[in-house]
Amino acid sequence: MDLLNALVAFANFVFVPAVAYGAQLALGALGVTLIYGILRFSNFAHGDTMAFGAMCTILVTWGLQSWGISAGPLPTALLALPVGIAVTALFLMATDRAVYRFYRKTRAAPVILTMASLGVMFVMNGIVRFIIGVEDINFADGARFLIGAREFREATGLDEGLAIRSTQAITVVVAAVAMALLFWFLNRTRTGKSMRAFADNEDLALLSGINPGRVVMVTWLIVAALATTAGVLYGLDKSFKAFTYFQLLLPIFASAVVGGLGSPIGAVAGGFVIAFSEVGVTYAWKKVAGYVMPENLQPDGLAQLLSTDYKIAVSFAILVLVLLFRPTGLFRGKSV
Amino acid sequence: MKRILLATVASAALAGTAGAEDVKLGVIFGFTGPLESITPTMAESAELAMSEVAASGAFLGGSTVTPVRADSTCVDATAATAAAERLVSAEGVKAIIGADCSGVTSAILQNVSRPNGIVQISPSSTSPGLSQVEDDGLFFRTAPSDARQGQVMADIISERGITSAAVTYTNNDYGNGLANSFAEAFRAKGGEVTMQAAHDDGKADYSAEIAALSSAGGEILVVAGYVDQGGRGIVQGALDTGAFDTFFFPDGMYGDTLLNAFGSDLEGSFGDLPAAEGDNAALFQQIASDAGFDGTSSYAGESYDAAALVLLAMQAAGSSDPAQFKDRMFDVANAPGEQIHPGELDKALRLLSEGQDIDYVGATGVELIEPGESQGTFREYNIVDGAYETIGFR
Repeated sequence: MDLLNALVAFANFVFVPAVAYGAQLALGALGVTLIYGILRFSNFAHGDTMAFGAMCTILVTWGLQSWGISAGPLPTALLALPVGIAVTALFLMATDRAVYRFYRKTRAAPVILTMASLGVMFVMNGIVRFIIGVEDINFADGARFLIGAREFREATGLDEGLAIRSTQAITVVVAAVAMALLFWFLNRTRTGKSMRAFADNEDLALLSGINPGRVVMVTWLIVAALATTAGVLYGLDKSFKAFTYFQLLLPIFASAVVGGLGSPIGAVAGGFVIAFSEVGVTYAWKKVAGYVMPENLQPDGLAQLLSTDYKIAVSFAILVLVLLFRPTGLFRGKSV
Repeated sequence: MKRILLATVASAALAGTAGAEDVKLGVIFGFTGPLESITPTMAESAELAMSEVAASGAFLGGSTVTPVRADSTCVDATAATAAAERLVSAEGVKAIIGADCSGVTSAILQNVSRPNGIVQISPSSTSPGLSQVEDDGLFFRTAPSDARQGQVMADIISERGITSAAVTYTNNDYGNGLANSFAEAFRAKGGEVTMQAAHDDGKADYSAEIAALSSAGGEILVVAGYVDQGGRGIVQGALDTGAFDTFFFPDGMYGDTLLNAFGSDLEGSFGDLPAAEGDNAALFQQIASDAGFDGTSSYAGESYDAAALVLLAMQAAGSSDPAQFKDRMFDVANAPGEQIHPGELDKALRLLSEGQDIDYVGATGVELIEPGESQGTFREYNIVDGAYETIGFR
């Protein structure tokens, strides 16, 4: 019984939140890593692309709600997601046409493209704030919990509760589906293969007749889909606030770099590494130890490795270690 | 502004007796910077008290009062010091109303007010550190120190029979100071603080903080944060995981957005915020809305009271010399004497000139305690059926 309690406490406070957060980071990191691999620059505007996509989806969600359309127990935002993705894709392609294409044509150094993306980030920042404002927006509807902490306690008779929010479950399921689709697309379809060829060696790809314009367009399409999905899932799970999305950029980049920039599987792994280290290393083990250990061995203090103030430092320490000992990342991405 | 000028001109024309002068008061708030949304109202409130005094014609033998505004920026101590220096050397102000944020208030006090012997009174600096600074008896504030709020929080919580609490605070001077003063007061009452963990505002995820706080345990969670920032994320995480059901919310967590977001989930939680008791707040709102601004805005009442206290102390001392009237601040603010409510400055001035005692109550129920700060009244509330329900004042 005590062991069960310990497991449930661990699952409730570390495993479940970290898995959901990791899935959100992984989706974001996939977008970053695709742009890095195929278009060859670090896209600083990615956090704000997520905000833009989430904003479009929220606006459509409000529209659907006012017409009385809902998805039953699922959040209405999932119905609005395809529209959000379409608008974001158009927006990204317009940005590419207006900004990035020029630098690609002149074969500018990656750092110039990166700086251009910084400018795009500020513009997107402004657009999102101008349209939807700076306040917290809660747009999740439908059933909030798959299992509530109180119900779980009553049903199982354990002291510890386990809560799984429906948004957490949706996040993991949608993220898994999105990743599966992406891997299938990259490995099995003709366009996906041509994108990988383009990423590996641009000149050779051009010689073998791959249309670069098409590759770039498809890349932005996929990035729009990933970023909007990540943004909406994050917003459903927590809430939408333009400033927080900008802050998400740091852990997302950390995930992509830890996994290996340019490697999709690395981005997914990196997302979970960062999420678990943020939540796990700063966890106070007192409660779990209290269930598992015999009375006389129980810790007096909180049994916490590091104060939660340092949780960001933890992910960056991992980042530094990875760059020192394995500069290409866990899954051999491109060297940075 | 026009109204004030008119009043000043009118009273100057009426009076004109011997010894009448034009008393200038500096109004230094962060008109640019993080508090720019509330400072215009604070300044208007202070200037309302000044125009009321000037219009009465009873102030220091018919003297007039002129406000001079300056920008404290709230965050830049150098800019604030330069602005205050200008008020003193170029404008010749007799007292400074301000500043707004604790950091710049302290900088102005040490660099300008003390060297020049000018009385300074802040309506909104709540840092406990300001209670300990060297001030030569020149510094006052109509806002209570956060040290006092920590005490009040400990009283409220322990009187409900709660003996252990976990504390999370926003990672800045306000959050840290409040959390420390609460923890100290609560331990002194025999309570146990299981953990004091900081949270940063605007972060993507608060699972780690919630996990640690839950492990530490405690009957309630005290959230010394901001309602529109990380505090909200913490409450959401704690409710979702079932880590805590009952919360205590200090002043920064008071707001309708909290109720709208969580509603019935907060049933049974409670909190406090600085608030005036009784009809004075309503009375002040009345005269404020007549003057064309919102008297319920943050620190509006405190600003009115700050300016009024300075002017009444001058009247009591019969002089606008800071060295003379600084010692009369306590006399006019506290009992004994006739109680003075908002809008009765005229009456107060006449009573003082007849040599009678007054007890200035003002918009916020001012009661000065050593070393020259408002004791402060706090409203204790419960959250019942998704709404705030006042329990009492302390």
